[in-house]
Amino acid sequence: MREIDSNEIRKGVRDLTIAAAHDLEPDILEALRGARDRETGELAGNILDLLLVNAEIASRERIPVCQDTGTGILFLELGQEVHIRGDLNDALQEGVRLGYEEGYLRKSVCDPLTRKNTGTNTPAVVHLEMVPGDRLVIRFLPKGCGSENMSSLVMLPPAAGTEGVVQHVIDRVVAAGSNPCPPMIVGVGLGGSFEKAALLAKKALLRPVGVRSDRADVAALEERLLREINARGQGVHGFGGINTALAVHMETFPCHIASLPVAINIQCHAHRHKEIIL
Amino acid sequence: MSLLRGESVFFDNLPEVRLPFTPEALASLKAGQLISLSGTLYTGRDQTHRRLCALLDEGKDLPVDLAGQLLYYVGPSPPRPGRVIGAAGPTTSYRMDSYTPRLLALGLAATMGKGARSAEVRQAMLAHGAVYLAAIGGAGAFLSQCVKKSELVAFGDAGPEALYRFEVENFPAVVINDLDGRDYYALVAAANKKGEG
Ligand code: SF4
Repeated sequence: MREIDSNEIRKGVRDLTIAAAHDLEPDILEALRGARDRETGELAGNILDLLLVNAEIASRERIPVCQDTGTGILFLELGQEVHIRGDLNDALQEGVRLGYEEGYLRKSVCDPLTRKNTGTNTPAVVHLEMVPGDRLVIRFLPKGCGSENMSSLVMLPPAAGTEGVVQHVIDRVVAAGSNPCPPMIVGVGLGGSFEKAALLAKKALLRPVGVRSDRADVAALEERLLREINARGQGVHGFGGINTALAVHMETFPCHIASLPVAINIQCHAHRHKEIIL
Repeated sequence: MSLLRGESVFFDNLPEVRLPFTPEALASLKAGQLISLSGTLYTGRDQTHRRLCALLDEGKDLPVDLAGQLLYYVGPSPPRPGRVIGAAGPTTSYRMDSYTPRLLALGLAATMGKGARSAEVRQAMLAHGAVYLAAIGGAGAFLSQCVKKSELVAFGDAGPEALYRFEVENFPAVVINDLDGRDYYALVAAANKKGEG
């Protein structure tokens, strides 16, 4: 049994929120540079250059990459040999509250009916998974809503098959147009149940940008989807070209014989994510 | 004029446009053009729109005369001490679509956000001689440095959703809808269709 103090978790989460808002990770920066190198359109190329400069300014001047610093989404993998001293949920929420306050991040969380801002950017959404071992992994994914609002979940009839899935994903991406700030990352959750598919689609975004699924048929489907999405020519910010999407990540889970859940979670180029291991 | 202040020259020689627009400048804008804006604009997003239209419903005056002005859809992040503003990129425009025709009818000359507008908004823009611009979504840190002054005008309790007056310098934007009724997103889509043909 290993002890982790909830104070350490609170401090860790606070630091994650601030770092995520200002410092893009190498995976997304590499993907943006790759897109820049491939881009042939003048306007789209200019915008990609600007996005790379924006990332530099954000990190150097401590200005958030994007003003929509998102709803906080926390993915925890808690080793079953860990004992947490203090209240885990309090520590997570307090960490988010402190980070958004002390990091000068925008507080964008409100009541769904009254629309009254909670003023703290809490509550954050927490997904907790128990795993073997004695570590605690915390991943933070602040999610802006330009892209989140373009996401969807559908229960397709199994007869729709692979072609139905491909068609649905492409339709959604095309309908999203320039709203989610393309170049985007398309997270697809296939199978499971209603809520499982949505969670898989979001989890797919945690995979380093452009890394293929280790299931060969899924990897082939990811590649096909990426090719077909980019062939539509919407491009960077809808200004045309070959860089509508940087990657398609698909996660799968067995589902009911009568069901084919498909969830699509769209992420923008401001793909902010950070993790710590305690 | 380079927008990237010596870090890069990609944005050299952009047409410079003063805000608020003169009628001539407004008429000269062409869909697809990348321009550089300097001068005064107003900001507002969901809450500001809701409240402006509520004032109109009650027959009251608006806190600011929007005639001839540019309304920028932005909810900035808070400034660090000593700074003018935090990140200040555009939010998605379609959420303002249901309010926009009323503001255009009051003489609002231009709106700026990101993403396509509804058919109703496009029609109202044509009817009232207004344009729509896209700012660069997700470039909030860069755009922050283009905002030289920020002043609260109304609805301060709405936080980042309040109505501000900004002074901007060399603020890049792409013309989406021009006075001739052209829509840049639609032009791109049409060109792609042709390519498929
Ligand atoms: S979609 Fe992403 S990059 Fe665009 S404004 Fe929202 S958070 Fe920022």
